[in-house]
Amino acid sequence: MSRLAGLFSKLKEQRRRALISYVVAGDPSPSGTVDLLHRLVAAGADVLEVGVPFSDPMAEGLVIQLGHERALANGMTLRGVLDIVTEFRRDDTETPIVMMGYANPIERFGYEAFAEAGALAGVDGLITVDLPPEEVDRLDEALLQVAIDNIFLISPTTPEQRIKSIVSRARGFIYCVAVKGVTGSGQLDVAEVAERIGVIRSMTELPIAVGFGIKDAESAKRVADVADAVVVGSALIDEMVRKSEAQVDAEEIQIHGAAVQLLERIRAGVDSSHF
Amino acid sequence: MTVEVTPELFESVPDAHGRFGQFGGKFVAETLMSALADLEALYGSLKSDPAFLSEFDRDLAYYVGRPSPLYEAARLSDEIGGARIFLKREDLNHTGAHKVNNTIGQALLAKYMGKQRVIAETGAGQHGVASATVAARLGLQCHVFMGEEDIRRQSLNVYRMKLLGAEVVPVTSGSRTLKDAMNEAMRDWVTNVDNTFYIIGTVAGPHPYPMLVRDFQSVIGREARAQSLSQAGKLPDALVACVGGGSNAIGLFHPFLQDLGVEMFGVEAGGKGLGTGQHAAPLSAGSPGVLHGNRTYLMQDDDGQILETHSVSAGLDYPGVGPEHAWLKDIGRVKYVSADDEEALAAFHRLTRIEGIMPALETAHALAYAEKLAAEMSPEQHIIVNLSGRGDKDILTVAALEGIEV
Repeated sequence: MSRLAGLFSKLKEQRRRALISYVVAGDPSPSGTVDLLHRLVAAGADVLEVGVPFSDPMAEGLVIQLGHERALANGMTLRGVLDIVTEFRRDDTETPIVMMGYANPIERFGYEAFAEAGALAGVDGLITVDLPPEEVDRLDEALLQVAIDNIFLISPTTPEQRIKSIVSRARGFIYCVAVKGVTGSGQLDVAEVAERIGVIRSMTELPIAVGFGIKDAESAKRVADVADAVVVGSALIDEMVRKSEAQVDAEEIQIHGAAVQLLERIRAGVDSSHF
Repeated sequence: MTVEVTPELFESVPDAHGRFGQFGGKFVAETLMSALADLEALYGSLKSDPAFLSEFDRDLAYYVGRPSPLYEAARLSDEIGGARIFLKREDLNHTGAHKVNNTIGQALLAKYMGKQRVIAETGAGQHGVASATVAARLGLQCHVFMGEEDIRRQSLNVYRMKLLGAEVVPVTSGSRTLKDAMNEAMRDWVTNVDNTFYIIGTVAGPHPYPMLVRDFQSVIGREARAQSLSQAGKLPDALVACVGGGSNAIGLFHPFLQDLGVEMFGVEAGGKGLGTGQHAAPLSAGSPGVLHGNRTYLMQDDDGQILETHSVSAGLDYPGVGPEHAWLKDIGRVKYVSADDEEALAAFHRLTRIEGIMPALETAHALAYAEKLAAEMSPEQHIIVNLSGRGDKDILTVAALEGIEV
């Protein structure tokens, strides 16, 4: 059983929801990401989403855009992200890792080469924001060969017929985008999300994660009432930025600490959900 | 790639997936997929709808002022020698460039879709002005995304857009130029997809944009073809147009693609020279990749990050190019070349002084190459250069480069 499937089946037995954290590899510093990932796991992350920085992150709000810019300025590359995963796996062979990014760096790396390198590093899933079902066939095939799950997105504008065709080829989990908009934006309408989750659930057994617009323990709890997993990204990065701005001489361990503390509060929120 | 180039080949693209060979497609976030499907369906039904087409033609005639003349630049030809040079005068269109052909068409689509708000990205500001213009005419709210760097160097067009009632949104991310403006427009569209129509200004972006922008701009080539036959008595021997995203070039080229005897040259921005890396010539010096919704030639590094570009002309300062151009390059139907900043500036001055026509700096790149090409051809031959825009907007840029305070 894959790490993702194992995790979700374990959580189901325990009647718990999953918490997925997102940070950009190489942000805020190039060397600290592995340490940050371990701390996020210790603070309650069940799945790690690791952002692959791209020069033109079209689907990101300002907070994550700036994270991408900092990571690139720090010299982070797709190869570098794979190295981070490899290093992380030396001390943690259990926590599923999902890479999230854009098509072009992977195109440049080569789909087959990337799939092989990703599997070797210990990557479990991949979200490529600008590869919708119509464009993902070749990469999906390469990922399937090495048992990496291609994670599909479903948005508030995805029609039912299309949801049906997406879930029929989905693996790992379904990523349900909570709002029309970029990451970190918008007002979360939990009732609307719940309705869409109902539609998706009627079509698939796969776990459903909800992301975009979850900022704190309260919004995480409300989403966890209805979804199998809660994704939090912009809020974590925002915490780190605030910390480094508020305290100019803050050490990396303290900057990471700001994100870790927020994640702990969000974990408590998720665990207080009713379902 | 070995593809047999026959006239029929050009009717086969884009295919049902919006692909031109390996290029094109729909590389966007899931949230936009249904908006693209709606647009594709609407355009599919309207593009052969007589009422829609006659409304479009009427606007082009009475609002834009078409047909634009095909003007023989006889003094320029005398100066250069060789082939006769004809200029397709898109600079005489309302708002001063070819861009308005497309914004008229897309604004009509927005109207048919009942959208109350339009957004656009702009580099030189010509597409922003053309979008603000049609929005004013239809009473639509208009937001134009423009890189901070471009706002600085195109201040006249920024003010024009404001006068027209548009809000110009400065883009401060990345290189603060056209590509970043397009990122920001995409982000706005994802957020406001219910009430907003995105007027893309060039033949790039996700399907169906490269196709519909091409169709709207093809009026340039259709007119030029008929004008060449009546004024010169034959088809031209060559066509020359500048290529940033490539909308004026595709507009001129497309109706001639099946005339295999007509040579075509797309002129990219060579910036400070292709060898310096400081240019905007992805077809001449880039490689295939995915950006802004389509697979095409890009300026990128070994890690697939998009590189910053350089050109004296804001409208060509873009690291990608329309997917149909990428395909036309690979099948060998169009030759893509470049002209650098200095050559473009020289051509800007030459046309202004010899013909009394001040071209946009974008257009000046096409002129620079056309001069070289004409000199190697014979007086029995003639070429058509797409004079895609007028140069008033660039006066301050040219003055600054020459150390003159206006």
